[in-house]
Amino acid sequence: MAHEPEDPSVQKELPRRTFLRNATLFAGTVAGLGGGLELLSRRPGAAAEGTLPGAVTPAARPLGPYDVKDPITPYAQATSYNNFYEFGIDKADPARMAGSLHTRPWTVRLDGEVRKPQTVDIDTLQSWFPLEDRIYRMRCVEGWSMVMPWLGFPLAALIRRMEPTSKAKYVQFTALYDPKQFPGQRGNVLDWPYVEGLRLDEALHPLAFMAVGLQGRVLPGQNGAPLRLAVPWKYGFKSIKSVVRITLTEKQPHTTWSLAAPDEYGFYANVNPAVDHPRWSQATERRIGDLGRRKTLPFNGYADQVAHLYTGLDLRRNF
Amino acid sequence: MKAAVRPPLAWLGPAVVIGGLLPVAVLLLDARTGALGANPVQRALLQTGVLTLATLVLSLGCTPLRRLTGWTWPARIRKALGLIAFLYALLHFGIYLFDQGFTLQTVLDDVLKRPFITAGFGALVLLLPLALTSFRGSVRRLGFARWTALHRLVYLAAGLGVLHYWWGVKKDHTEPLIYALLVAALLIVRVVLARRAGGRRPASATRLGASSERPPSA
Repeated sequence: MAHEPEDPSVQKELPRRTFLRNATLFAGTVAGLGGGLELLSRRPGAAAEGTLPGAVTPAARPLGPYDVKDPITPYAQATSYNNFYEFGIDKADPARMAGSLHTRPWTVRLDGEVRKPQTVDIDTLQSWFPLEDRIYRMRCVEGWSMVMPWLGFPLAALIRRMEPTSKAKYVQFTALYDPKQFPGQRGNVLDWPYVEGLRLDEALHPLAFMAVGLQGRVLPGQNGAPLRLAVPWKYGFKSIKSVVRITLTEKQPHTTWSLAAPDEYGFYANVNPAVDHPRWSQATERRIGDLGRRKTLPFNGYADQVAHLYTGLDLRRNF
Repeated sequence: MKAAVRPPLAWLGPAVVIGGLLPVAVLLLDARTGALGANPVQRALLQTGVLTLATLVLSLGCTPLRRLTGWTWPARIRKALGLIAFLYALLHFGIYLFDQGFTLQTVLDDVLKRPFITAGFGALVLLLPLALTSFRGSVRRLGFARWTALHRLVYLAAGLGVLHYWWGVKKDHTEPLIYALLVAALLIVRVVLARRAGGRRPASATRLGASSERPPSA
């Protein structure tokens, strides 16, 4: 390399310094822009691993009368992709935050139009009924679905035990309100506590189920521990989680989502491929684990069992 | 001006392109490793949508930044950022098409019946002529005034994009609100700057005369 007299005003005489500076600026810009865009846009989900060690696969047991034959959603996915706004609005929030929920001690208030209003400990409540397995489809209003092996007891058994009075027409469910345990409740994304409801005849249907376990394990926090509803012919948001109160009422309860967006989330919320959500079609759904979509079935495939509950009801208006 | 004696920032263009497209590589990697979670299609849809808006806002910020600071480098990366935004919009639309199983009827129904989809599709359609007239010779061929007028559509596209994001969010509109405020602020800055320039040179046609010393504004 030829040595030339130094002149700091001429850039080309310091080729190495110029190169280094430009290379640094180049790398810095790539990292800054790329990293910034990543920070703005990336929302990594919990990795969809296989089944966790220790999980029980209910594949071996014979199918019960209410089960579906669909392949079961892997435990890792069923517990990492959840809507549970009490923990946060992102699908990954519930799994991340569920540690803040303490499910023991836990009591459930049973009241309203019943002969025996009472507050009962969750373990006592559970001991009242023989626990059974149910493999249910779960269809979210957002257009995705899972197949969930619940463990629990029929809601009808609990309601009969509450001894409804003749005035009881509806069942109102209330979820826990405790911003210390539910960080999502510190904002006002929804009107807390979360409230859901069923007509009494819907609640007494043998498919309506109270779950305390999932896939042979105690129900995880993100899936609604320690007690949640599972009404498989309705969109998922009807199946309220972390229930602390069950009240029989004379009037139709005001439910959280139907108050938040009455044009989008009705009281009935029966899975119905013929009635679109205002922002998307409900005709198809993605089963979690699939890349493509499948056709959504009326009443989520439970039409034979439940369609008679709605004869004479216009399901376009009563969506 | 200082910039005249500096090296011509040859690294800047490639750095912006590589940096701007880095999220595509991360997205592909995430898809491979399963880091997109249980519903990867939906997650990719969301991420490419946010990337479209973010890069579009960056490209919109270039001209105000240049005018306010006197730096010339923002003008050199504006086109690249705009084209990257268009690419993300295409990717976003492509994933949506894939999600719908490429069934044209469903897509048509969506575009016609659902304002949420109509807004997003409208934004993409508006970006198309801008991308097609981003070639070197386009300004000359169209004429500066017409090219500038056409490229003002970018604000409409950005507005529709924000609306699409807003309607797509079920609850908590914080993020769409941030993009809405950014686009609105950038638009206001542009209007104020144009007014100030207009005070000195009232007729819009005379802006052509000023163009010899400043790059075309979008």
